[in-house]
Amino acid sequence: MNTTEILFFFLSAVAIFCACMVLISKNPVHSVLWLVGTFFAISGHYILLNAQFLAIVNIIVYAGAIMVLFLFVIMLMNLNQQNEPQKGFWMKLAGVISGGCFMMVLISLVRQAADLNNKTAMTTDGDIGLIKNLGKVLFSDYVVPFEITSVLFLSAMVGAIVMGKKD
Amino acid sequence: MTLLAIDWLLIIEKLVLIAIIVFASLGIALYTTFAERKVAAVLQDRPGPERAGPFGLFQPLADGLKLIMKEEIIPTSSNKALFIIGPGLAMTAALMTCAVIPWGSTVELFGRKMDLQIADINIGILYVFGVVSLGVYGIMIGGWASNNKFSLMAALRGASQAISYELAMGIALIALLMTTGSLSLKTIVDQQMQPGHLWNIAYQPLGFLLFFICAMAECNRTPFDLPEAENELNFGYHQEYSSMKLGFYLFAEYINMIMSSAIMASLYFGGYDIPFFNESILSPNIAALVGVAALLIKIIIFIFIFMWIRWTIPRFRYDQLMNLGWKSLIPLALLNMLVTGAWILYRG
Repeated sequence: MNTTEILFFFLSAVAIFCACMVLISKNPVHSVLWLVGTFFAISGHYILLNAQFLAIVNIIVYAGAIMVLFLFVIMLMNLNQQNEPQKGFWMKLAGVISGGCFMMVLISLVRQAADLNNKTAMTTDGDIGLIKNLGKVLFSDYVVPFEITSVLFLSAMVGAIVMGKKD
Repeated sequence: MTLLAIDWLLIIEKLVLIAIIVFASLGIALYTTFAERKVAAVLQDRPGPERAGPFGLFQPLADGLKLIMKEEIIPTSSNKALFIIGPGLAMTAALMTCAVIPWGSTVELFGRKMDLQIADINIGILYVFGVVSLGVYGIMIGGWASNNKFSLMAALRGASQAISYELAMGIALIALLMTTGSLSLKTIVDQQMQPGHLWNIAYQPLGFLLFFICAMAECNRTPFDLPEAENELNFGYHQEYSSMKLGFYLFAEYINMIMSSAIMASLYFGGYDIPFFNESILSPNIAALVGVAALLIKIIIFIFIFMWIRWTIPRFRYDQLMNLGWKSLIPLALLNMLVTGAWILYRG
């Protein structure tokens, strides 16, 4: 095993552990914090793939902004075990079974996908995730989808402001 | 058979560098608290701490000892795990920034060339921005876990303030990035050292002003210290904390101040560049040491300005703070970005 593999398995273990803890923890605030841990592990994976820009944007946007908003909402709504409706045993069991089936479908899909067969991850030589290359690709090959996305963001912002107005 | 192909010397070198930088930051932060009290005393026309040691120089050591010796109190109704993690997070986020700051140019020791920077990653500024956005967790978690209304209100105030001012800070940074064309702090400093290239403050005066104001807000310094407004919130988000946990929160503020001073010095004031002086006539090692001294002097000047403002300007009201952030700083930052873009386009 070389360093990259060790780091890969370590980060994967951390990511899966944190993701499980998001589901297991009873306290919503703990769940949010475990989710932040998951994002950090995934950012580590991005760095292994030499996609530094994606790694840091993942942290800034998800860990730094969206999760803070989640925390805000949870803290203000004061969710806790007493006043939160608890699901019954059979509901939980049904959830686990259907979720497990979905995971099996996903795994078989990934295993058989033609795009992924016999491909290795570009751990050190891939450079598409560097900010320079990413910017060039976004503004040349994918310029129309990129601009459409920005219009979408703008409409979301306007919508949020309209909804946030008091009257 | 080698199991791991690792350059052990490099790792040792980096570990030593990390240790030096972290302990130096802690030491400087320790004496920054002393400087704060002395500056406050001078501005208020009183002697300030003077009993412990010559000129009161041992005062910060006595303060630290007092904090460590105090009784550790964890409220029974608090969320214990998060209550303990909170100050640690605040401190970690404050110290993480130092990884990408270029403290000096290259020194040569034992035949190895060593950069006086822990990691020269090509997204340096974004890394700083990411760490700044994580800084809010320490405040929010600590305030919430205390299970105290005042703490929670202070934490929410602190978080909304940090989010509001991050935006203007980010847009001010984008304008700077447009002129430098690089995200690496080392490259930005080296650009400013080139002959014929002025410091970035000459190209981005408005951007610097915006960045400075936002940095002050991010550090929760007066006039932006709403999260610890003692006349409204008793003591703010760290009200329930005692002993060294409180010390960590107070200390993290000073470390944040040092780090943001270092970032501002690197981005806008040439980092380890000495003004009106050509470093290449010195031998590389001496030039690097003089550069470190120059950066430290710039940091000290910024810290003094932070303190000067703190003891001169009273605190904002909360609506004034939000209006300043959203209605003045963000439009100005956007304008700055547009003007910078137009200037780059015009220059070709």
